[in-house]
Amino acid sequence: MKSLFSRGKRNSRPAKIMNASILRSSFERRTVLIGTVQGGIGILLAARMGYLAIAENEKYRLESESNRVNLTLIPPRRGWILDRNGAPLASNRADFRVDIIPERLKDPEGTIARIGALLALEPSRIADIKDKVAGARGFQPVEVASGLNYDQFAALSVRLPDLQGVVPQRGFSRFYPTASSVGHLIGYVGPASAEEYEKDPNPLLITPGYKIGKDGLEKQFEKELRGVPGARRVEVTASGRIVRDLETREDIQGEPVRLTIDGPLQDYAARRIGLESGSVVVMDCRTGDLLCMASMPSFDPNSFSDGIGSVEYAMLRDDERVPLRNKVLKGLYPPGSTVKPMVSMALMEQGIDPKETVYCGGGLRVGNRVFGCWNRRGHGAVDMAKGIYQSCDVYFYAMAQRVGMDPIAAMARRCGMGQEFPLPVTSQFYGTVPDPEWKMKKWGREWQTFDTVNATIGQGYMLSSPLQLAVMASRLATGRHVMPRLTLDTKPKGFDNIDFPSEQVEYVRQAMSDVVNGPGTAGRARLPIDGVQLAGKTGTAQVVSLSISNGKSGPWKYRDHGLFIFFAPYDNPRYAGAVVIEHGGGSGAAYPIARDVMTFLFDPAKGMEALTALEKQWGGTAQQRLDARYAAYAAERGAAVSRPPRRDEEIFDRVEAEARVAAAQSQAIADDVIAPRPEANPSGTPPVSAPVEPPAATETQAPVVPEAAPAPAPVTDGGTAQ
Amino acid sequence: MNTAAAGIVPEPIARQPWEMLIPLFALVGFGAAVLYSAGGGAMAPFASSHLLRFSIFMVMAMVIAALPRDLVRMLTYPAYIVVLLLLMAVEAIGQVGGGSQRWLDLGFMVLQPSELMKPTIVVTLALFYSTLPVGMTNTWRALLIPGGMVAMPMALVLLQPDLGTALAIGFGGAMVMLLAGLPLRWFLGAGLAGIVIAPLAFFYGLKEYQQRRVMTMFDPEADPLGAGYHITQSKIAIGSGGVFGKGFNEGSQSHLNYLPEPHTDFVFATMAEEWGFIGGLFVLTVFTFILRWGWKVAQASDDRFASLLAGGMVVTIFFYAAVNLMMVMGMAPVVGIPLPWMSHGGSSMLTNMICIGVLMMVNRWNQKAPRRGLGA
Repeated sequence: MKSLFSRGKRNSRPAKIMNASILRSSFERRTVLIGTVQGGIGILLAARMGYLAIAENEKYRLESESNRVNLTLIPPRRGWILDRNGAPLASNRADFRVDIIPERLKDPEGTIARIGALLALEPSRIADIKDKVAGARGFQPVEVASGLNYDQFAALSVRLPDLQGVVPQRGFSRFYPTASSVGHLIGYVGPASAEEYEKDPNPLLITPGYKIGKDGLEKQFEKELRGVPGARRVEVTASGRIVRDLETREDIQGEPVRLTIDGPLQDYAARRIGLESGSVVVMDCRTGDLLCMASMPSFDPNSFSDGIGSVEYAMLRDDERVPLRNKVLKGLYPPGSTVKPMVSMALMEQGIDPKETVYCGGGLRVGNRVFGCWNRRGHGAVDMAKGIYQSCDVYFYAMAQRVGMDPIAAMARRCGMGQEFPLPVTSQFYGTVPDPEWKMKKWGREWQTFDTVNATIGQGYMLSSPLQLAVMASRLATGRHVMPRLTLDTKPKGFDNIDFPSEQVEYVRQAMSDVVNGPGTAGRARLPIDGVQLAGKTGTAQVVSLSISNGKSGPWKYRDHGLFIFFAPYDNPRYAGAVVIEHGGGSGAAYPIARDVMTFLFDPAKGMEALTALEKQWGGTAQQRLDARYAAYAAERGAAVSRPPRRDEEIFDRVEAEARVAAAQSQAIADDVIAPRPEANPSGTPPVSAPVEPPAATETQAPVVPEAAPAPAPVTDGGTAQ
Repeated sequence: MNTAAAGIVPEPIARQPWEMLIPLFALVGFGAAVLYSAGGGAMAPFASSHLLRFSIFMVMAMVIAALPRDLVRMLTYPAYIVVLLLLMAVEAIGQVGGGSQRWLDLGFMVLQPSELMKPTIVVTLALFYSTLPVGMTNTWRALLIPGGMVAMPMALVLLQPDLGTALAIGFGGAMVMLLAGLPLRWFLGAGLAGIVIAPLAFFYGLKEYQQRRVMTMFDPEADPLGAGYHITQSKIAIGSGGVFGKGFNEGSQSHLNYLPEPHTDFVFATMAEEWGFIGGLFVLTVFTFILRWGWKVAQASDDRFASLLAGGMVVTIFFYAAVNLMMVMGMAPVVGIPLPWMSHGGSSMLTNMICIGVLMMVNRWNQKAPRRGLGA
């Protein structure tokens, strides 16, 4: 080629002698040149094509296949969560749903507005969706609505060509038949967050309509419940239109999880808590089965599954009764006098004869301080049984001085206080069992006499959760180291481990029976059932110092906690449990609930009768009241709520942090001597088998027992001033 | 074949350039088959109109082939002026489509005058150089006037904007100049200047979408859903075809709309997916036959006008085919240049059939006045 060029140049340079023949030969040479270049390009093209079609054929065939075939995951149906009798606590409901995929939206605002109009969504819901779309990463589907009826679904489906990025489909949504009753226990499901997808980049997580467990058992058993997704291979066009089905594999539903929970009992207990804020735990003494772990008020997990709405979140968040906190596991309360049977066990273990009496004159002088009994007129001669059923503080002050704190703390731990249990829950607080070593480590201060005094009546630094109290009740009732269990596939544990000699167990059983059936503090807790006698122990825990509140009236958050631990039948315990009512004003708020729950357990009809009458006064079931409250709240504040946190985890963290702060509330007065609060019903007048209680509020405001109403004067002497 | 006129075949038929026509018919038929597939396995809308257009324009080519030399020489400059005016008319009243203003609605058909300019510029320059005194071939006058003749339509087409066609016009003009015997150093100089100017033109002269297309050629995967989509999908179609292809009507890339423009610019990819490497070789071979015949015609002519004309037409056809094929294989930017006789489209069929008609015309002139001996 070079020669051709150079020759051409040479020919054209002697310009003067240019003639037709030179031009002709130049033309012929140049046609050959151009033809050769053209041939070269032709060969180049053939080579290039051979490279693409032969050498890289494999690669491009794969790419063409992945273009052509679209694999759609069919979200697996989630496994059911069943109660002990196989009734669903969480099931699936076939429904029509709509999701949007933000990445594919051309005009997010307009599209959402159109869907909103088509489905008649509330303005607050539309605002939530817009907010979520704005915050979502492209691949995350955002749920618009579920549970649509067929007409709505059809109306949307026919408009699909104009609504890019909108995915209507038939699917399954999670359904909790008892709604808020199981909210804290079961948790809820929701679309996977960006973090969860990063941790587990499973394409299933970003399949529209797929939800994962976000809280509670739903989260804990995610692996079992998830199941195996099905798949549909379809041939699609570039614009995503499905040409034909190639292959479909059905999904495999997740494994069911069988709980020890008794569904109806759980629901009953949750509803029975009524207007109060509190929790009820019931255990089976023979197996350790947790039959009921109710915590109220609660949220409706059904309405959480499409994301927590801003109005709903604001309402739950503003509520001082903290509906987002699972109080069974994360509520920590000073156990109050409910520790007395446990302390008795410690005393007997230390060789104290239960027959030995202590004279109670309304207070006990130790050194230069006087520690008051809740009954300032005194109980007279008090042995251990009377110490329990009359809840005499002086008896326990005196005996605890003798044995010291360490054996009592050890016994508290043996009974389950300060312990975590091997349960499939996302988190549980373990509370505090104080002893000298703990105090030195935590606060850097010496253990004081009044610390022992406070601890023996379950005040001061001592904190425990309702679950721990229930475990304590079952261990006291059986004398065995009962371990709680939540699923039927775990083995009952601890029954070969004997905690207490049987004569001591029987002694305490009798004393606790006398609390209810004898001359004790909870006479009105007697069961309206022949042949079944309830045994229990009341507790009233002071949360603020006397200078702030008398514990019975005034601002809700200053009122005393009401506690009650119990088991039945008293002589051959089958069920044990604990009821804790936050700021209920005293144990009088707690034991009527325990009585009704146990009544329901032995005789559901009788129990329901009591509840129905109460709910008439309260204005409906717990769920009905929650719905009504939501409607009222939305009507009043709907427009002005702030957005909920983007991530559910932030909500959990906030709830947990607040639970810790709340648990520390009573610590503020732990450095003081606690003036014990009157126990509710020491006269032991048996109830006239009246299943209908007056509303709890009345009960707490008007002390039932006249002689039990002390003047809120400080009982301790000036020795407290340090 | 045209000379082997046996007694059985009537002379007017035997006279036809069958060595070009048979490959051409095969190519058009093959193109129709590909368009049948691209149309979703139906004659309508592409394949039938493709064949119909070819038939009409074949007749037109025969008419062109029958034109006498003097008439052609006489009409050349007026034709150039008319097409130039049409280009100006496009600028003034043309239709806007696909971001540029290229079409003129004549009522009965939509005309793209820039297409007509491609053969016209070749004829015009061929006439200019054949009338230029031989001694002036290597003077500046031999470049100045034709340069202006090429630059005017190029500028008008660039205004539309249509870079591909402008380049085609420029390329056709430059090739005629080369064949006309202009000093080679001018072309080398122009080439060097082009290398210098190209980056400047790229950054300041091209529209953003054109810049993106050029960049895409170097890295199609950088923007798989945007500008690189065309090239990526085209390469997938060609590459997935393998040696023998996926089979007639079995191309998923084209049938499921992954391949853009499967019936026009990317018809080769549609073909390669279904017919594989073998089909590609067939197309390349047919173009080789046609172009080789064209060069033979050009060389066989002893008339300077006719030989320049024929050479220019061959180069014009080649430019179409080469740029289109390089584009679909990811070796050139995506410029809207269809593949001759395979792509569905009236304007390109018109241009290419004019080229074929002119080549047949020169071939006829050659037959009437066979080359005299050696030399001029």
